[in-house]
Amino acid sequence: MEKLLTLEIDKRQVRVREGMTVLEAAREADIEIPTLCYHEKLKPYGVCRICSVEVEKEGHVRIVASCGYPVGEGLIIRTHSPRIDRIRKGIIELMAPAVMIDGDVAGEIKKLAEEYGADVHRFESRYRVTPSRCILCGICVRYCDEVAGAHAIGFVGRGIDRRVVFFPEEARACITCGACAELCPVSKIAAETDFVVFDGFTVDDWLTRKS
Amino acid sequence: MNQVCKTVKRTVGGYQGNKDMLIQILLGLQNKFGWLSSETLREVSKQLEVPITRVYQIASYYKAFSLYPKGRHIITVCMGTACQVRGAARLLDRISTMLDIRPSETSEDKRFTLETVNCLGCCALGPVVVLDGVYYTKPSKEALEKIFESAG
Amino acid sequence: MSNNRLASPGELEKLRAAILSRRNPNRRVVTVCSGTGCQSYGAKVVFQKFAAKVRSQGLEGKVEVKATGCHGFCEKGVVVIILPEEICYLSVKPDDVSEIVSRTLGKKEIIERLLYTDPNTGKKKAKESDIPFYNNQNRIIFGNNKYIDPKNIEDYISLGGYGALSRALSEMTPEQVLEEVKRANLRGRGGGGFPTGMKWEETRNAPGEPKYVIVNCDEGDPGAYMDRSLMEGNPHSVIEGLVTGAYAIGSHDGFIYVRQEYPLACENVEIALKQAEEYGLMGGNILGLGFNFKVKVHRGAGAFVSGESSALMSAIEGKVGEPGLKYIHTAIQGVKDKPTCLCNVETWANIPFIINRGADWFNSIGTEGNKGTKIFSLVGKVNNTGLVEVPMGMTLKQIIYDIGGGIRDGKKFKGVQTGGPSGGIIPEKYLDTPVDFDQLTKLGSMMGSGGMVVMDEDTCMVDMARYFIEFCCGESCGKCIPCREGLRMLREILTDICQGRGQEGDIEEIEDIAEVMKEASLCALGQTAANPVLTTLKYFREEYEAHINEKRCPAKVCKDLINFYIDPEKCQACIICLKNCPVEAINGGKDLVHWIDQEKCTRCGTCFEVCPPRFSAVIRSSGEPVPPPPPEGTRVVRKKGG
Repeated sequence: MEKLLTLEIDKRQVRVREGMTVLEAAREADIEIPTLCYHEKLKPYGVCRICSVEVEKEGHVRIVASCGYPVGEGLIIRTHSPRIDRIRKGIIELMAPAVMIDGDVAGEIKKLAEEYGADVHRFESRYRVTPSRCILCGICVRYCDEVAGAHAIGFVGRGIDRRVVFFPEEARACITCGACAELCPVSKIAAETDFVVFDGFTVDDWLTRKS
Repeated sequence: MNQVCKTVKRTVGGYQGNKDMLIQILLGLQNKFGWLSSETLREVSKQLEVPITRVYQIASYYKAFSLYPKGRHIITVCMGTACQVRGAARLLDRISTMLDIRPSETSEDKRFTLETVNCLGCCALGPVVVLDGVYYTKPSKEALEKIFESAG
Repeated sequence: MSNNRLASPGELEKLRAAILSRRNPNRRVVTVCSGTGCQSYGAKVVFQKFAAKVRSQGLEGKVEVKATGCHGFCEKGVVVIILPEEICYLSVKPDDVSEIVSRTLGKKEIIERLLYTDPNTGKKKAKESDIPFYNNQNRIIFGNNKYIDPKNIEDYISLGGYGALSRALSEMTPEQVLEEVKRANLRGRGGGGFPTGMKWEETRNAPGEPKYVIVNCDEGDPGAYMDRSLMEGNPHSVIEGLVTGAYAIGSHDGFIYVRQEYPLACENVEIALKQAEEYGLMGGNILGLGFNFKVKVHRGAGAFVSGESSALMSAIEGKVGEPGLKYIHTAIQGVKDKPTCLCNVETWANIPFIINRGADWFNSIGTEGNKGTKIFSLVGKVNNTGLVEVPMGMTLKQIIYDIGGGIRDGKKFKGVQTGGPSGGIIPEKYLDTPVDFDQLTKLGSMMGSGGMVVMDEDTCMVDMARYFIEFCCGESCGKCIPCREGLRMLREILTDICQGRGQEGDIEEIEDIAEVMKEASLCALGQTAANPVLTTLKYFREEYEAHINEKRCPAKVCKDLINFYIDPEKCQACIICLKNCPVEAINGGKDLVHWIDQEKCTRCGTCFEVCPPRFSAVIRSSGEPVPPPPPEGTRVVRKKGG
């Protein structure tokens, strides 16, 4: 029998199964927490940090990524607060220059920017490299790795030089499920590959790049 | 079985084909070959049975690995604070121009790789350039030309 | 080949007694510090010359030459200590060896010029224990380095080595060992300060087998090298602590993770492990007491962030060494989701002492909540740079002045950086702060792993903040947005400020970015990377404002904000600066006043350095207009008595 426990999310008492994450608990209770790098078929990755929430336990408050934080008896969760809203606004402003096209952001990012009052142009003047159009959420890489099992797309590099690249041999033999392009929250893969051609986007392109 | 394949087999075998030792295996191969070619990485992926994505991720993440072949001669310019103050940056620029390569790059003819290091510990001799283990102190343009010419 | 395997605690004690009785108490020992630092001063050659000289003069019966680990007084390498008198010779060069052998070893004469000189009294100190650098310390963990050849386990055994492990395995239960470590109130020495006993207990009580123990020797803070010197110089102390801990926790599998940038530490730990196994102190049925334990060594491959515990464990699994979501302690779910206890090198090295001398003894050192000693790397603008071990609670002032000998070159103290890239710079008014886990954190810094970088009036605090951000930017794994993009922006802003492109509002931008990083980063690197910036803003805000509003660097460091020019009244046309300028930017000649062509000048500062102090004609300025060059052909007015 699965152990049940009770916690409070946004002042509501929620009954959940032990082993769930705060994000899963919130979703079950129809409480919305924004995410970018989360996908229910994938292990929580915790890199976009947009799902950050306040967790209060025995009087101590912590900021955690709800996609990975395990539920616990008596926790008090706040999915929105001035502190959380400031964090989400800051994250969007920091990621915006990388995904700016024709002077604006689009899709999910645009929605979040409007909701949190983010100034997407705030750091534009000091963003001095070619926008990669990628937020490195890793959904494409992780889906191909954990679900499709084709291992055709992966991370290379480190820090601000971290990139996502295709591996042509594996990509050609992959099951062309198209999930990577479909799930990309900023539509980079669809835009750059037509689902077939990976020019400029392969590991060899990355190896021969001019810095 | 070619040389790369054989060397990878030996190295992987030295760790009993243990996937946990992937980073140690790559360190061993970097040591043996001086760099990690695509061929080497593919071979590791095949023999150790780990996805190519993981092998490349690790090889491209760590400073100890080079994904490009190094030249026959490594030129190291010390960029420690003491050398900096004595014109190390200018010296680096000069060598860079002479050989038409930037730091971390290798010349087209594969003769030279230009690298920087943070301190060689001989600050009284700065600025210092090291070529093939020989230390050159405050080299002039003419001295550099001679040094590069005589390198094979 | 004789079998060295010790099949019981009794055999260990017999071996110890045998080693000691073999030793001739009258035999002199020349210990040559052979840590990496002294090696760069030529320790290998010094050692070889001693060995050769002793051999050629047939003195082997009377003199032993030993290559030991780091002695700590790194400013004065190569350090040579002659036992049993403990005569301490500093800055020994290969050419000094002959004289030492003939005079000190042959005639028991002390060579004055190789002794420590008190900078205030001018008096010479012959014995190590008379040197203020040493006698103000409490060198419990580190002091043994000078007696030990790390490549010879019998040296360690002769000092009582493996006695703690022997006692733990034969006379104590795992629970009793755990209890002793808990009672000692030992806290992690890697920077986190988490109670070690609690971590051990959590691992022991966590469900699941196997349990793992790990030594974290991925020391990455720039300026910190305590762990390197412990691993190089006394690897057995760490191994003994590790096996004792494994027994208490119920682990039979361990890992030692060493940076590959520490080749000597890698080499010495491998040798030590092999010898420990040979002697039955590692592997199966240790000391015949039925406890099995084996260790694998993993080398790092050049990533600072791989020292973070979840990243390190990931690397041990053969995956990339990046941090991951870590809301469940690794003590419960670590390597392969099994209970894993990761501790720092120095933490493990404390264990044999606690077991041998007891928790009460340990609690007698240090302050409330901060027991025992800590090893610091005292570096930067101090006179006596090196590795120092002091009881917790000693003040910054005592460490920097009594042990460090104060600021070098007669300059003024400006700040001390502690805690590496996660820490902060502490200004003069807090010099009386006791150094421990809690006090420095109150000031916005932290004790960290032990790096202590002393800065003087010639240090620009904005430049230092930029340096740490640059470092973290290069070391960030790049996974999470707050850290990756936050550091990218901070780097741009701080570089702009240092290069004269600072704008109004930059400080607020920095503070906002720092807040997002601190609150929302995935791991401690991102969460603490902004600390150096925040503390310098707190204590040295005027410097930032000068850079931004006046395009002036008060410390006259930031190249784009400084100028060098020659005062025509002071210049004596000695041509020294002219000859040394790497870009030929200085005009003039014999008897002609020199002047710097500002277009060509790269601000390297060479002229400033080489101009004879009695002239001091090169002026370094910032934020002021540069006077025009003197009219062409202006002759020098010779000073009387020139």
